[in-house]
Amino acid sequence: MAESETTAPVLDAEGVSKRFGAVQALRDASLRLGKGEIVALMGANGAGKSTLVKILTGALRRDTGHVRIRGTEARLNSPAAARRSGLVPVYQEPSLIPDLDVADNLRLGRTPVDAFRHWVAEMGISDLRLDDVIGDLPLATLRILDLARALAAEPDVLMLDEMTAALPTDLVEKVLRVVRQQADGGRSIIYISHRFAEIAAICDRATVLRDGATVGNLKIEPGIEERVVELMLGGKVAPVASETRSRAAASGDSAIIPRLRLRGLKAGTRLADVSFELNRGEVLGVVALEGQGQDELFDVLAGNRRPAAGSLEVDGRPVAFGHPADAIAAGLTLVPGDRAHALLMSRSVRENIALPLLARLRDWGAIRVRDEAARVTSAIERLQIDTRAQGEVRRLSGGNQQKVTIARWIAKGVNTLLLFDPTRGIDVRTKRQIYGLVRELAGQGAAVLFYTSELSEVPQACDRVVVIFNGRVVDVIPAAEADEATLMRAAYGLSRAGTEPA
Amino acid sequence: MTRFLSKNSRTVGLAALLALLLVATKLIQPDFGASGLESLARAVLPFAFATVGMTIVVIAGGIDLSMAAMMAVASVTAAVLMEGASDGQAAIAVLGVLVLGLVMGAINGTLIVLTRVPDIVVTLAMLFVWQGVALLILNAPGGGAAPWLRDLVVGGVVLPGLPTALTEWLPKAVLFLVIAVALIWVPIRRSRLGLMLYAIGSDQLAAFRSGIPVGLTRIVAYALAGLFAALGGLSVTMGTGIGEPIPGPYLMASVAAVVLGGVVLGGGRGGIVGPVLAVFILRLVRMDLTLLSVDPNVTAIIEGTITVAVVMFGGLLAVRGMQK
Repeated sequence: MAESETTAPVLDAEGVSKRFGAVQALRDASLRLGKGEIVALMGANGAGKSTLVKILTGALRRDTGHVRIRGTEARLNSPAAARRSGLVPVYQEPSLIPDLDVADNLRLGRTPVDAFRHWVAEMGISDLRLDDVIGDLPLATLRILDLARALAAEPDVLMLDEMTAALPTDLVEKVLRVVRQQADGGRSIIYISHRFAEIAAICDRATVLRDGATVGNLKIEPGIEERVVELMLGGKVAPVASETRSRAAASGDSAIIPRLRLRGLKAGTRLADVSFELNRGEVLGVVALEGQGQDELFDVLAGNRRPAAGSLEVDGRPVAFGHPADAIAAGLTLVPGDRAHALLMSRSVRENIALPLLARLRDWGAIRVRDEAARVTSAIERLQIDTRAQGEVRRLSGGNQQKVTIARWIAKGVNTLLLFDPTRGIDVRTKRQIYGLVRELAGQGAAVLFYTSELSEVPQACDRVVVIFNGRVVDVIPAAEADEATLMRAAYGLSRAGTEPA
Repeated sequence: MTRFLSKNSRTVGLAALLALLLVATKLIQPDFGASGLESLARAVLPFAFATVGMTIVVIAGGIDLSMAAMMAVASVTAAVLMEGASDGQAAIAVLGVLVLGLVMGAINGTLIVLTRVPDIVVTLAMLFVWQGVALLILNAPGGGAAPWLRDLVVGGVVLPGLPTALTEWLPKAVLFLVIAVALIWVPIRRSRLGLMLYAIGSDQLAAFRSGIPVGLTRIVAYALAGLFAALGGLSVTMGTGIGEPIPGPYLMASVAAVVLGGVVLGGGRGGIVGPVLAVFILRLVRMDLTLLSVDPNVTAIIEGTITVAVVMFGGLLAVRGMQK
């Protein structure tokens, strides 16, 4: 592919930037794609990968920068315009209309049927009927149909977003073969994936984003994984000096009955087989790339969905949750990732904090105002919630809203807290306060499960961390060793062996 | 054939129910015949057009509460323009009213798309606007309708070569409805535009990503609803010979028929035949109960109960289908 660097690139994005309010999502992203090349687009969470993808596919408009396709400035005002410019995406969520049948979906996108049928057969789906309704088909089939539809459109640039996620192994191989053939036939492909094995197998180069800018453009060769991980982490080295903990990382688990024990938990298409134990007084971190099954894991633990297989024990007793109320009764409390799901946005701070105190049937009737007021006031003070706008929670900043969701469980007293990415989009000072709070709860004997998308938080808040990849626990790391590089390698399913003296 | 039946089970069931009800009517009222059928069809016509318009917006994922008010505007506009007008002028007036319907609907849709206020809020507000407009144009029932226009919907069909004894069983109003729907909706349903309407109702994000102009398609859906509201208003004037500025009970009736006809509120699913059959069923039930001299208040309760029962039954079937 050496000559493709010298000839005019098929796709050339340069100096692309995008700002959302105060957040600079992209500063200076560039991506170059030669004819017949497969380029892996890589970056840690929040690096700007999905923003760049949305800009290239016309779902967002860039603030500055150029995107050229075959040398001419591409009009990317809408997904339709991007398609006309020759760039066809296959998203992680299939963009087929669920209530229409296959034939109607093809007509809608003006997809040639014969070419579509050819690619569907090529990827090993033989029993497809054109009058099957999309909504009745399994997810794996839909992803194949979406890809076949994109291939039938014969695009200049094909963009594949986590194409092999949710596919069974035999389909993955067929898809990878077809993608490689496409490139050998002269088509250019942007390949987004968390799986290094696939990238090594089919990609020619990797473009790495960090903090909204392109920081590297590497040729794929053996041993490239380490380079890519280094680039994704950038200058950040050495773990933050983690303060010594009084608790010895809850290590003597042989004698104690754990607060929560998971055995071979499986749910949905993503959570495959997860087992771990969570002890009292422990903050257990959970680290995973996006879509590795962590959402399903928390849903199961909070009683929002039933597991397909596996067992759950609380204090040594097996439990089965059919409803969130069951989980709450067992002492498991979820603070969801989306604050809007947890708060009554148009009610006051006090009412929001007091809500779980009242949510029992026998408490219906008069509210014990004085008791409630005392508990709520102490929670607000301990959390230093800015109450200037306390009349309506929606008017608080994101950080203060998040504090309210945690404060309510402090007021109630908590047994087991399930935190799902509690510090997303929150300023540093508030984050620190939240870490302190989590440690304090653990000090009181609560067990905390702490999923975070920010790896640097792990040593500050957690005792241990489990790493989930592809729906399975791939590693358990003590907080003292959990620096960002170690976590990142583990999260990408790379072994720790290379980095640690054995 | 079995696949066709299972896919259209709702429509087939509704047609069977309608046939059953017609037989029941004949039993209740032995002299129910061609003329009874004709007056039923004429009374149902405005309801049917309201239902068709409502079906289109609901399929596209919206709802239009201003349907009956737009019909009132169309009805009085037609009656005022046609009063004492020649046949030619009346024809132009009809065209004008149809365009007016399209414009009213497009205004509804544009407001929804531009302000991003939920459909139900915008069209509720527009309900009052169009009501006011109708009363401004004509503050009491009045105006007129061209005789040739009335002739389009009154009576049975006359076909050369076939005995009237046979053709009188097909009311002109039914033929008018079928032709109007066939001319406007059928070509759209078969085009890409029809698929786009279903697509935005089914999954807006997937539609957007498939390159569909979501906002524009929505405006088109509301404009079509306006067009059918205009046809509904026209049919009021055609049936009675005057314009009616106070909206009739078309709104709730059309929503009930849409739901009963198998169109999912929320969008993406269902067709036009089911709701039209449903609106005939609901009106026929009402007529039968009146013939049985049931208290009109009880009639309303029965109508509501039928709608809920049928919708729940449909939901039950859907759930069982999913479990299989």
